[in-house]
Amino acid sequence: MEKKSKLSILTNGIIKENPVLVLLIGTCPTLATSSTLANALGMGAAATVVLICSNIVISLLRKVIPDKVRIPCYIVLIAGFVTIVQFIVKAYAPALDKSLGVFLPLIVVNCIILGRAEAFANKNTVGAAALDGIGMGIGFTLALAAMGAIREFFGTGCLLGHTIIPNFSIGFFNLAPGGFFVYGILIAILMAATKGKALKNNSFSCGVCPMYNSCNLAEANEEITQKGAEA
Amino acid sequence: MANLIVIFLSIVLVNNFLLSQFLGICSFLGVSNKMSSAVGMSGAVVFVMVLAEAVTWPVQQLLDKYEIGYLQTVVFILVIAALVQFVEMFMKKFLPSLQKALGIYLPLITTNCAILGATINAITYEYSFAQSMVYAFGAGCGYAVAMILFAGIREEKLYSDDAIPTPFKGVPIILVSATIMSLSFMGFTGMFQ
Repeated sequence: MEKKSKLSILTNGIIKENPVLVLLIGTCPTLATSSTLANALGMGAAATVVLICSNIVISLLRKVIPDKVRIPCYIVLIAGFVTIVQFIVKAYAPALDKSLGVFLPLIVVNCIILGRAEAFANKNTVGAAALDGIGMGIGFTLALAAMGAIREFFGTGCLLGHTIIPNFSIGFFNLAPGGFFVYGILIAILMAATKGKALKNNSFSCGVCPMYNSCNLAEANEEITQKGAEA
Repeated sequence: MANLIVIFLSIVLVNNFLLSQFLGICSFLGVSNKMSSAVGMSGAVVFVMVLAEAVTWPVQQLLDKYEIGYLQTVVFILVIAALVQFVEMFMKKFLPSLQKALGIYLPLITTNCAILGATINAITYEYSFAQSMVYAFGAGCGYAVAMILFAGIREEKLYSDDAIPTPFKGVPIILVSATIMSLSFMGFTGMFQ
């Protein structure tokens, strides 16, 4: 892999390969925890901590972990860090723990964390992996915060619980459909701003999935397409 | 019995995993482009969800007995990963036709938040074994309903590609379609208490 400057590794996750808005991974926590800005920031921070720790440890162990069982190894490592974060949040921010609910333990299966382990941490040095974790974490948090701010503002007229416009609320934004809607609009704005160049792959494809290399769905789909073409 | 029916219907319709709780969205948006994949994936999810629930519920009782309930996250994900591997091997050996239909979706399911989410939720709600089995089956069915309906919408191509404004082509229009579907499912809110 070619040498990249430290700064470009850091900014890669924030802008060029923003996990939520460009790579389109980690959609579940993005949609579910962005109903308010406070939730979005809390989720972003929790995921960032796990991401940095797991990136560092996986990079340190990249020569030790056998290739065949790497995915289970990563999952166990990540689950350990998630448990630590769960303890910390339960102890110091019980309100956040309550509002994030099941999505806090679900950081284990967050595609971003496993995806970065597969795509970056197991090929790079510790320093680079840590920087990548920080960049991706910030990118995830910023995207979440943008969605959280929009949804909280339109949904309740508040920001971080402080009333901005009294007696203003469009309940739709706070509810589940609002999540899909704001996410769609944000990506559309991004596409318009960059004239469609932002997304390399403008569909929800298998390529970005961390399980891509160990999954044969893509192959099977290709086979079906080929058979269809032959017939 | 009435209680079980309420649990089932409310998880299928009111608190649908995909459309109102956002569990398993990655696969909802990724696999719904073909009806055949949507059906296969849904089948695999229902199957694994029920199996995972049947295994993790007793495991949690064991964890509680030794007062190490906090290991839930680590233990559950390991149990689910091992279970999926085992099911895949078992299918390959004894049920090759089922393996052909569902097998390719199984590796995807290990890291599907819907499975882990369902097992953790059932513990959080303090369901009994029967209740959590119904909950898991209902969650799987809800997943299947939303997934198959959405694949139908996407395969039908109810809108022509030229009519979509350029920035909305591709991903955004999929999300907006999901918005409308999610809105229509909100009509079920408050049906079962």
